[in-house]
Amino acid sequence: MNLAITLLVAVAIAAVIGTVLKQNQPYADYVLKFGPFWFEIFKTLDLYDVYSSSWFLTILTFLVISTSVCVYRNTPHMLRDMRNFHEHAHQSALQRLAHHAQWQSGQPLKHSIDYVSALLRHKRYKIKQLDTKGGLLIAAKKGAGSRLGYIFTHVAIIIICIGGLLDGNVPLKIAQMRGDIAVETRRIPASEVPEKSALPADNLSFRANIDITEGKAANIAFIDFKDGYLVQKLPFTIRVDDFRIEHYESGQPKSFESDLTIIDKNLSAPIRQTISVNHPFSYKGYTIYQNSFGDGGSLLKLALHPLTGADSKAQEIEAAVKEAHPIRTAAGELSLEIADFRPFNVNPDPTGVKKFRNIGPSFQFKLRKANGVAYEYLNYMQPVEQDGAYFYLSGMRRSPAEPFQYWFIPAGADKRPDRFLNFLAALNNPGRLNQVATATAQSTENSKNLPAAEQQKVAEFMIALSRQFTEGGNERISAQIEKSVPEAQRKQVAELYATVLHQFLINVYLSVLEQEGMDATQPVSDFDMRFFENAVNALSVAYQYGSPVLVTLNSFKHIEATGLQLTRSPGQWLVFPGCLLLAVGVFFMFYLPQRRLWVIIKPEGEKSSLTLAGSALRNRYDFDREFELIRQDLTQKLT
Amino acid sequence: MENLLDQEFRADSFLKQRSLFDWTWALLVMAGTVFAFSQYRHLMDGFEIAILLGTGLMTVWLGWFWPSLRTFTLAVAGLSLFAISRYGMALSAADTNFFLKYLLSSQSAIMWMSALYVMATVTYFGHLFSGNEFTGKVAGNLAWSATTLGMIGLMVRWRESYLMGVDIGHIPVSNLYEVFILFSIITALLYLYYEQRYRTRSLGGFVLLVISAAVGFLLWYTFDKQAHEIQPLVPALNSYWMKIHVPANFIGYGSFSLAAMIGVVFILKSGAETGNPHGLVATRLPALSLLEDVMYKAIALGFAFFTLATILGALWAAEAWGGYWSWDPKETWALIVWLNYAAWLHMRLTKGWNGRPMAWWAIIGFFVTLFAFLGVNMFLSGLHSYGEL
Repeated sequence: MNLAITLLVAVAIAAVIGTVLKQNQPYADYVLKFGPFWFEIFKTLDLYDVYSSSWFLTILTFLVISTSVCVYRNTPHMLRDMRNFHEHAHQSALQRLAHHAQWQSGQPLKHSIDYVSALLRHKRYKIKQLDTKGGLLIAAKKGAGSRLGYIFTHVAIIIICIGGLLDGNVPLKIAQMRGDIAVETRRIPASEVPEKSALPADNLSFRANIDITEGKAANIAFIDFKDGYLVQKLPFTIRVDDFRIEHYESGQPKSFESDLTIIDKNLSAPIRQTISVNHPFSYKGYTIYQNSFGDGGSLLKLALHPLTGADSKAQEIEAAVKEAHPIRTAAGELSLEIADFRPFNVNPDPTGVKKFRNIGPSFQFKLRKANGVAYEYLNYMQPVEQDGAYFYLSGMRRSPAEPFQYWFIPAGADKRPDRFLNFLAALNNPGRLNQVATATAQSTENSKNLPAAEQQKVAEFMIALSRQFTEGGNERISAQIEKSVPEAQRKQVAELYATVLHQFLINVYLSVLEQEGMDATQPVSDFDMRFFENAVNALSVAYQYGSPVLVTLNSFKHIEATGLQLTRSPGQWLVFPGCLLLAVGVFFMFYLPQRRLWVIIKPEGEKSSLTLAGSALRNRYDFDREFELIRQDLTQKLT
Repeated sequence: MENLLDQEFRADSFLKQRSLFDWTWALLVMAGTVFAFSQYRHLMDGFEIAILLGTGLMTVWLGWFWPSLRTFTLAVAGLSLFAISRYGMALSAADTNFFLKYLLSSQSAIMWMSALYVMATVTYFGHLFSGNEFTGKVAGNLAWSATTLGMIGLMVRWRESYLMGVDIGHIPVSNLYEVFILFSIITALLYLYYEQRYRTRSLGGFVLLVISAAVGFLLWYTFDKQAHEIQPLVPALNSYWMKIHVPANFIGYGSFSLAAMIGVVFILKSGAETGNPHGLVATRLPALSLLEDVMYKAIALGFAFFTLATILGALWAAEAWGGYWSWDPKETWALIVWLNYAAWLHMRLTKGWNGRPMAWWAIIGFFVTLFAFLGVNMFLSGLHSYGEL
């Protein structure tokens, strides 16, 4: 019994470890978290998968054995005890019980016996009469259920544990230890996975996942195992005809559904079945669940707008999600790897007016250089309002561990990014810059009276300044000043530079507006002015964006994939009945407490002497009450 | 001991003991059940119809078992129906209708519940320190009123969710805000039952401390996080299992909290009996044997329902997550709670442990339960991420 409690405590401790330490994460994450030294130690202790570690399973096995022994030892005498009336109790023993009473009665013996029997039967006791040396004994008992409760609960725990062990991955572990199977850790197509990493279709118990694109089919699934996976073959093929997400009016998801077709050569016709969360489908003991969803290789038409270099013409490409595409840019050839696409994004609204809002499609991709270094981007394709102005958001991060840093690209009045891109193109176009710089030098108060050669120098300075700005932001200009200007004059020079740069950028911007067809004689509108400020802000951080192109989405064809989970768990046919037994047992144990009463009636001439005694296994307090009621009743009626 | 002789000796079979009033009650409840069925049949699947019928039968039995529950149920039903009728088909009535605005819209009812529970806590302590019977009665009535309004709040909220949209409607046990109300009500009802049965109000203040703490959390959650707004169900929760899994769990949590607070009283009382045997604590608080008995009963009840809830959870998980047991942190902590109380009961029943160690253990058990209930949501992530703070 003490062993059982120790084992239960051990299970509890293991369980705590398993919840505190996040289980079954990629090994790389653990190395980052604990460092290589502790990583190895924890790995040896199987702490990354506590619940299927050998030591945990050993504890469970011991628990089953210890409980079995307990049941084996106690059941026979409990069953005997349940049937037994304990009618051989001696009067002296009864008098030592906490509950007992003794009195004299003038009632005839027969009447006494009948009355006692009737009363106890009313109280739902089972009784047995017996003549003994000491008089007539009526032995009564009720609530044998609590004994049954003990047996039920303990047997239930054994059954549940055995069922659980059946469905655990013990067989897999054994097969791996024997070298019958090998975990696959490479990301390779399923067809290339060696036979040693594949499990036959008749595998008794497993839990596997598979992502299937709409319109495609699969007859395998993947089991996550240790730091890799195994391929589970299926005896049938699942085709996904459609995947749908339904939404509430507010935009939150309401249901995830997949239309499946099960194709099995043993079937005369394929089975069509729709599954959704909470509504799985079972076929031949295999159960198919709606588990997740993702992109199934949507086709995107993208435009690549150069952010650097003189050539400002956008390239258009077609790309599929989850594929890599080589692209040519001013910075050489890059690989564009699209990771994910979402046709819309329903996010909590920061303004709080409407709870959620749709901020349009987004796609996530990596730009990988020839040396393998990749930055990751997340572009939203509808402008988002901030303080009354609209911006396109493009997130960038250098590693998956970081959060995205967003670049706010101002949107024009037409809610398109074109004007900003034109502005940037103008700043990257040497001819255009030269033209605007010369015109600025000729018209500015400080330089318009200078000789042409001097004016040309001013113009060149402006161009150099704007280049520094677009290539390195205000930081680059400040660094330049710090290097070349004595400290005393720096502040003054910085102000001068800022004024010149601002004037020059405005003029470039005005040339963009003119190019758009705006009337140069009219004053610039508030919107256009504000746009300019936002554009300059965006430019000042453009150098941190780390990409030579801005990728925008022209159109898309959305192809979804559904994530299915497939299980086979024969253990449940032990676990569920075990659970029922456990529930019944627990209620029996607590609510059918065992109680015993004894009444000895001993004739003494005309009168008789009565002895009443009782004992209860538990719930003493309630028994006190019942005993007292019976005592009062008997002593009043039988006097 | 009082003489309950006549009343008890008539004892025949359970059904034969029922009075005319008992049968009227049964008829009324079943009529309500049939009415609900006829009104909402089209929204229910087979399981939900079974749950409705089960709830009806259960209510009948509970009313027979504990007559005070009839008054409670009738008050809740009457006032909830009244509130629902004031709503008509428009949620906006909550801002214009006097009764709804100040008393019976779910939000108002819950605010009343919160205020009344805190008042009841203070009054119970007043009763304990003054020994005044009348104060005790007032405290009891305050607790009953708070519980009634809390239950009305949940009932009306249920309707309100349907007024927001038929597809949004769901039973209000789907997030942390709603289950905190449920927790308060269940804990209070359990306490009120033992209060009546053992004829002592001196425990009230202690038990209601837990409820007041829950109310404090509820208010913070309402005002700081706007948690009272009704949100549509996430697909994983959209199942009939929620209707039985969650309440069963909270009977468990409520019982364990009750047991822990009785454990506190036990510690106080047993300390006072040796330290200051004529003091207020030693004389006013119930006998140690009674405290032990209630503590045991609360844990036994809680354990039984917690077992049931965990099993129901496993059945649900088998349907929603593809396996009856996934070692999800919430599941695992439920197991730890279960093991803890299994060991407690084991020690009491087979080894006869009792006294202060068991009281301390019940208190520690409360913290384990608290972690399973709240801590997991706050510190660990997993499949049960519905009630995040």
